[in-house]
Amino acid sequence: MFKEFSALLGKEIILELRGKYALGGLLLYVISTVFVVYLSVVKVTNIPVWNALFWIIFLFAATNAVAKAFVQDGKEQLLYLYTLASPRSVIMAKITYNTLLLVTVSLVTYAFYGLFIGNPVENTWLYLCTLILGAAGFSGTLTLLSSIAAQTNNNVTLLSILGFPVLMPMLITLLKLSKNAADGLDFSVSVKYLPVLLALNLIVAALSYILFPYLWRD
Amino acid sequence: MEIKKDWWKFLSIVLVLTAIIGGMLIPVPRLAILNETIRNLFYHVTMWFAMMILMTGSVFYSIKHLRSFDVMDDAKARISAEAGLVMGVLGLVTGSVWAKFTWGAYWVNDPKLNGAAVTILVYLAYMILRNSLPEERQRGRISAVYNIFAYVLLMVFLMILPRMTDSLHPGSGGNPAFSNYDLDDTMRIIFYPAIIGWTLFAAWFAQLKFRLFKLNYKLESDLFDLKQPS
Repeated sequence: MFKEFSALLGKEIILELRGKYALGGLLLYVISTVFVVYLSVVKVTNIPVWNALFWIIFLFAATNAVAKAFVQDGKEQLLYLYTLASPRSVIMAKITYNTLLLVTVSLVTYAFYGLFIGNPVENTWLYLCTLILGAAGFSGTLTLLSSIAAQTNNNVTLLSILGFPVLMPMLITLLKLSKNAADGLDFSVSVKYLPVLLALNLIVAALSYILFPYLWRD
Repeated sequence: MEIKKDWWKFLSIVLVLTAIIGGMLIPVPRLAILNETIRNLFYHVTMWFAMMILMTGSVFYSIKHLRSFDVMDDAKARISAEAGLVMGVLGLVTGSVWAKFTWGAYWVNDPKLNGAAVTILVYLAYMILRNSLPEERQRGRISAVYNIFAYVLLMVFLMILPRMTDSLHPGSGGNPAFSNYDLDDTMRIIFYPAIIGWTLFAAWFAQLKFRLFKLNYKLESDLFDLKQPS
């Protein structure tokens, strides 16, 4: 099981590094979005607005990033994959890989967003911690939904429709935690959100693990 | 209709009428701000309860569908969700009117209202997903997976998160729950039967839709059999 998982994860990473245009395109997407925001607002001093804009950019970037998780491999390629490996290792490898991808995307977004629009974050470590938890949660939710959306022919739109309402509980918690981190509030105020986020991440991962085998069986 | 088999339909009519007529007539506690609008409790809150019960039914059939891959289970899951959505929209509209008269606006920023909006969005997305999958078996399987996935996260959203933040609704953020002040014993006499009434009413609606589906399905498969050379 673990060997299978690490082989699949390795395959995803190698594929990504080989076709650099996908990752490059994604990063360019983030940078251009940040630049559009910069041209529209120049500087944001209001922390809740700053934070909300950041998460909206990241949410759309994440949706775009994960949307291709199952489209990239052709239908035949996926069938071949399923005869070799168990669907559960496939979904776990995809989720882990997408988490790594989204952590990268979020850090790049954070860096450029901070560079252009200003970085008022006081508690940087907590903010980064929120980013990682958010990336993991987005990846867990969107990966399963992306395998659903990939079976229809308007993939990205459907992924947003299916994903955004389901992501709401996570997004609201992330917004609160990250706003507290940006405001530099005492850790004791924010500590109650961490278990909620961890629990949400666990729930989506467990649901994906249980439900994914039903998605490919024909 | 036979009394023996369809007693619950009569019961639903009686209970819904009780809620509508009784709810308007019985004495209610005089409370500041709420005043007479407290009677909306019999409609708004009970419709939301009915919706949650129907959505739970929908998930039950989705799980059953994933075990059996039976087309009928999938249809039941879809139809329960549709009936639940009708109740949900009605609950949202009645709630919105209530909000206008107590909180001053048709829409206020409140965790419960956001939960309501997200619930409606999730089930509309479920319907769109179903319509974008042309093949019957694939549609059943995939939409069942989405139904279960979304339902669990929705429960987290509706049950757990509002308890962590302030809400204008009773029972959270320092506001007392129903049982403490606004649901006295006379109101209970209407409130609980109204939940059962609306649920049965929606179930009746769902049953009619399911029968229609079954007839259409049979008609189509009969036509298909006729076309097949034997």
